[in-house]
Amino acid sequence: MGRKLLLEKAHVEGIRTYEVYRREGGYRSVEKALKSMTPEQVVEEVKKSGLRGRGGAGFPAGMKWSFIAKPEGVPRHLVCNADESEPGTFKDRYLMEFIPHLLIEGLIVSSFALGSNATYVYIRGEYAWIAGILEKAIDEAKHNGFLGKNILGSGFDCEIYIHRGAGAYICGEETALIESLEGKRGNPRIKPPFPAIKGAWGRPTVVNNVETLCAVVPIINDGGEEYARIGVGKSTGTKLLSACGNINKPGIYEIDMTISVEEFIYSDEYCGGIADGKRLKACIPGGSSVPILPANLLLKTAKGETRYMNYESLADGGFATGSMMGSGGFIVLDEDQCVVRHTMTLARFYHHESCGQCSPCREGTGWMEKILKNIEYGKGKPSDIDLLWDIQRKIEGNTICPLGDAAAWPVAAAIRHFRDEFEWHITNPVAAQQRNFGLAHYADPLEVAATA
Amino acid sequence: MSEEKKLFKVTIDNITVEVEPGTTVLMAARKIGGEVAPPAMCFYSKLEGSGGKCRTCLVEVAAGSTADPRPMPKLVASCRTNVMDGMIVKNITSERVVDARKGVVEILLINHPLDCPICDQAGECHLQDLGYDHGAEGTRYEFKRRTFKKEDIGPYIQLHMTRCILCYRCTYVADQLTNKRVHGIVERGDHAAISTYISKAIENDFSGNMIDVCPVGALTDKTFRFKNRVWFLKPVNAHRDCTKCSGKVTLWNRGDEVFRVTARKDQWGEVEEFICNTCRFDKKETKDWVIEGPTLVNRHSVVSQGHYTGLEMPKETIQEVMNGRKPKLLMNIHDVSEVNKPEIDLSAIQGPAHSEDFK
Ligand code: SF4
Ligand code: FES
Repeated sequence: MGRKLLLEKAHVEGIRTYEVYRREGGYRSVEKALKSMTPEQVVEEVKKSGLRGRGGAGFPAGMKWSFIAKPEGVPRHLVCNADESEPGTFKDRYLMEFIPHLLIEGLIVSSFALGSNATYVYIRGEYAWIAGILEKAIDEAKHNGFLGKNILGSGFDCEIYIHRGAGAYICGEETALIESLEGKRGNPRIKPPFPAIKGAWGRPTVVNNVETLCAVVPIINDGGEEYARIGVGKSTGTKLLSACGNINKPGIYEIDMTISVEEFIYSDEYCGGIADGKRLKACIPGGSSVPILPANLLLKTAKGETRYMNYESLADGGFATGSMMGSGGFIVLDEDQCVVRHTMTLARFYHHESCGQCSPCREGTGWMEKILKNIEYGKGKPSDIDLLWDIQRKIEGNTICPLGDAAAWPVAAAIRHFRDEFEWHITNPVAAQQRNFGLAHYADPLEVAATA
Repeated sequence: MSEEKKLFKVTIDNITVEVEPGTTVLMAARKIGGEVAPPAMCFYSKLEGSGGKCRTCLVEVAAGSTADPRPMPKLVASCRTNVMDGMIVKNITSERVVDARKGVVEILLINHPLDCPICDQAGECHLQDLGYDHGAEGTRYEFKRRTFKKEDIGPYIQLHMTRCILCYRCTYVADQLTNKRVHGIVERGDHAAISTYISKAIENDFSGNMIDVCPVGALTDKTFRFKNRVWFLKPVNAHRDCTKCSGKVTLWNRGDEVFRVTARKDQWGEVEEFICNTCRFDKKETKDWVIEGPTLVNRHSVVSQGHYTGLEMPKETIQEVMNGRKPKLLMNIHDVSEVNKPEIDLSAIQGPAHSEDFK
């Protein structure tokens, strides 16, 4: 059984309250950091830990922190990105809903490291009830001297404010989030300048994901080196995964990134296998925007090696034969699922959520959705597949923010790996309305090119 | 010690220029001019914060700077990317750029109504020019185009949202030239629309400038709508004493009649100075103005046709009489005669050649 750092105490009765959380050893990291460390030392520990941003991009958190500008007399801000909206991803929700004090604790330590006296949690609008849970936790922490003026006599002041979004996926993009936090329309900003230089209200700002900030707590408690010992290579520590789709045990799992994908799906400790004894067809391992993989490429890399649940192994083979860890939204599709329909649903989502600022994303996402709809409903043309491919290619990399890429990748990967399913839909429009393409050859072992 | 500013050297399509630090790649390219300057549908040098949206100005950065010569992995928006010393940029010399730009043009046109025959902007529309220069002949889009209702925003301006390309320029006019306002767009994605917030800006003396900055026919001058085609009009520069603006305008005349008044535009289609609504909408008689002379119009523009109404182009006959063979250049009179300075490049002269050009 893998080691748990974040969810260790998740099942302790009453852990949501301050008393229980404190009794279980909560807020130790605040005491340690504020009483015996300098902000630089905290940053150093996080760097040593090798912690990578858990929001999707996987950028080293310590490095991100060290980029923050420190102009004289200008306040700095830490903003927690709790706008978890990537389809298939619901890990932050679990953390905030059941162990809210863990996030508050991580926020205080991180605010101390960055010198943020006013820290914000931007939480997605749909998590309406969680905002209340967090506010209660903040009140309790404040009441017990962990927030407010001169925390633990260290001279460090910190307030945490909860800001509810209005329900837009785009506000999870850090600069759109900042705009929205400022009370404006949530349009991503054109970079540079980056938030580390000019963020909220033009001040240096760091935006971190909920899970990233929670992970700071064990890092400070046990030390960065200790944390880095868990995991493998550049995938250090533990990672939360939200598993969903056709599996026996959907839910949140904390893994230490040394287990294989196969074990994650089939072992009873995790997903418990595919529901109803069906066969695995495909999987999106890291939230809706990362490339979908057919079963054979999911369990083994193109080189024929076992694929593991970590940043490097999931990305092995690049986009040609690999995928990404992304935000940890693990979506499993069984043999009865239709990849065309599934891709259409995602395209509809990205079309709906595009902010409309830049032309490739604004117009291209809608175009892709319309074509996919035609194919799904038996009105596709053979040329549509190449057209789709060309549109996604014209969007990818040419937009202001990563939403364009996020919209393009699922379409690209679906065509790359499931082209025959698309073709079948087009050449058999009547049959495609009545049944699915099925598993076909997507789980067949792949031939591995012999290495010289 | 002399405070000499260090200039940055940047090479765009193999041509090197020196520009001040802080200049964008696009402005550096405009300094070189011609085809090297990427098309810009949303950037407007006179409107702060504009640019970055349409993505027509994407370029490839082959080397970031002398200090860090790594190429940039993605194409960048030249209007919002600052030059670095030693930067090497590829615009039309990059296949990736040409390909991406073609994609952007196609995408900008998929929801555009293509109603040029009934659009007042035809002939001076940047989207028409862009499509002509960088687009494909046809579209691959086979779905219903998005439509909106026409909207009057105040007595002088009509919004044709269906034609809008969401460049945001007009919202910057509303924001920067009229009383402070931040929002101008409602809804999101491909339903995003310029909103009625702007209708309130008509209270202001400078709102008419939206018409000039709009690259397409989405914002049109109601005092001019359907009155005439721009290429039948003759633009002349004129001025008047105005208490609100510089009073320097272009009048669009036919005979003695003033059909419309606009700000003067430079070779990139940007206004030189914003003008007030009084000059634009209320002064429509020749006696209101002191005429300076004809406006310089690019000879490739359809507007320049207006200068020569009635002129018929001779038919190309040489090839015909030579049984299809192309004529050979025997002697370039311009080069050998000493009359019209041979060092002057005739093709570089804007508009018809004039004795002034050879002084
Ligand atoms: S109305 Fe014209 S100026 Fe305004 S956003 Fe649309 S195209 Fe741009
Ligand atoms: S002009 Fe640069 S993106 Fe529009």
